[in-house]
Amino acid sequence: MVVTLIVSVAIITAIATLLALLLVIADATVGNYGDVSITINNERELIVPGGQPLLSLLVSEGIFIPSACGGRGSCGLCKVQVVEGGGAYLPTELPWMSPEEIANQMRLSCQFKVKNPIKIIIPEELFLVKEFTTQVEKIVDLTHDIKEVTLKLIDPPIIEPKAGQFVQFQVPEYALSDESVYRAYSMASSPSNQNHVELQIRLVPHGICTTYVHEHLKVGETIMINGPYGEFYLRDNDRDLIFIAGGSGMAPIKAILLDMAERGDKRRATYFFGARTRKDLFLLDEMKELEGRLENFTFIPALSEPAAEDKWEGEVGLITEVVRRRATNGQNSEAYLCGSPGMIDACIAVLHDIGVAEDAVYYDKF
Amino acid sequence: MGNFLFPVAVFFAAIFTDNILLTNYLGMCSFLAVSKELETSAGLGIAVTFVLAVTTPLNWAVYYLVLVPFQLEYLRFIVFIIIIAAFVQLIEMVIERYSENLYFSLGIFLPLITVNCAILGASLFMVIREYSFITSFFFGLGSGIGWFIAIMAMAGIRNKLRGAKIPIGLEGAGIALIIAGFMAMAFMGFSGMIQIT
Repeated sequence: MVVTLIVSVAIITAIATLLALLLVIADATVGNYGDVSITINNERELIVPGGQPLLSLLVSEGIFIPSACGGRGSCGLCKVQVVEGGGAYLPTELPWMSPEEIANQMRLSCQFKVKNPIKIIIPEELFLVKEFTTQVEKIVDLTHDIKEVTLKLIDPPIIEPKAGQFVQFQVPEYALSDESVYRAYSMASSPSNQNHVELQIRLVPHGICTTYVHEHLKVGETIMINGPYGEFYLRDNDRDLIFIAGGSGMAPIKAILLDMAERGDKRRATYFFGARTRKDLFLLDEMKELEGRLENFTFIPALSEPAAEDKWEGEVGLITEVVRRRATNGQNSEAYLCGSPGMIDACIAVLHDIGVAEDAVYYDKF
Repeated sequence: MGNFLFPVAVFFAAIFTDNILLTNYLGMCSFLAVSKELETSAGLGIAVTFVLAVTTPLNWAVYYLVLVPFQLEYLRFIVFIIIIAAFVQLIEMVIERYSENLYFSLGIFLPLITVNCAILGASLFMVIREYSFITSFFFGLGSGIGWFIAIMAMAGIRNKLRGAKIPIGLEGAGIALIIAGFMAMAFMGFSGMIQIT
């Protein structure tokens, strides 16, 4: 009996050891691609161990490419231009690639493994992207379902975003999620406030991050964020501005307005903010104050279903109807939209009708 | 039937009369999941054929040279599983290194079939039916080809089904299982062609 026991354990161990040894040897020989070089923008050269995905190699060198899924190939965000040494596309990349992107040699960096020297092009602003250790300084209720979270940057202590950009917020593992995940939120703070990042986070039922923020997050807690990212920032020209937002879409627009106020920007600007009832409206005082500081700025809040007790005297109706009523001549305007995909699509149609050029509409869908 | 011809008979039986997928219903999950496109079906089918043809005789060798002498036949499940897993991983590494084309068409399917029950099933049948080493090879190869034919036929049918009006409740896996059932019945027509076991 004892002999059988020992023999069976020994045999299984021997087989497993042999196979493991075989795999270790294979990994060191067949799977070893040696060191390879990555040349970035023709100026910087990194020497990295080959055979690994480009995304993780860049992260280990402190270069953060926006990615929402953490390298599983399911979000399609981490695209990088590989101008030399790219080779053929993987079947796991193709679903995310448009013909133009293939023509531009864009690759999904979490799937593309670096096995030989390559040359890549990374937009300069991504070098500004860093990972920040922060501390929760303040949590304020803006409405019944939106919280404003202020993070103080600890290390590094300074962020240099453009107004309107977003950061990724790392949610630690907790009851709803057994791994830490990233979620993107626009910064509501002015870029000049370089030591702080302000986020407006609306509770989504069963949302991993929003539930964490609304029910678990405490003042003083340490939170990791990375950023800044995004193409949602004010373009420099003299066109009139139309801002449209709903709910927590307030955040990036507020940052842009604060930035305009600090720069003494005189562009004509109209901000349409849509909410259902009075209790969904917030930051009205701040907007009033901005109207005072900005010469040509008008804030137009609109309620779609004002309750009788709201005693609402402002605009009533869906935000699309209000925009159509109040902004009639859009030829010399550009528009910045932030809100739900449904709201944005509806607004794009209205903006098209009032004459705003298609390439003058910028938006952040969430 | 002479001993010389027996492996050949087993080979054809594994393709037609004893098709591992359509008569034993093994390897169903990847069969249902991947059979939407002809091209990916072919890649997966070839990968399954290759792994079956190699792991069945490999497991034969380990079973008769190691487990039987030590009277440890009952350990065959766990031993077969780790051998299949290690072999698949090894092949994937080799293919990724030496042939980009092969990696794209076949290599990325390999991790999918580590847990394909048809592959473990073939090794276990090989033991139950007391096949010889040569017969095991032909049995593995035949089972793989049978699986390949079944998934290609399924992918062809599903391609034709595009745009067909299917009751909502039967869309996806539902209609695929019904088709697989008809295919299995069609393959019953082969029985009697060869008698083994």
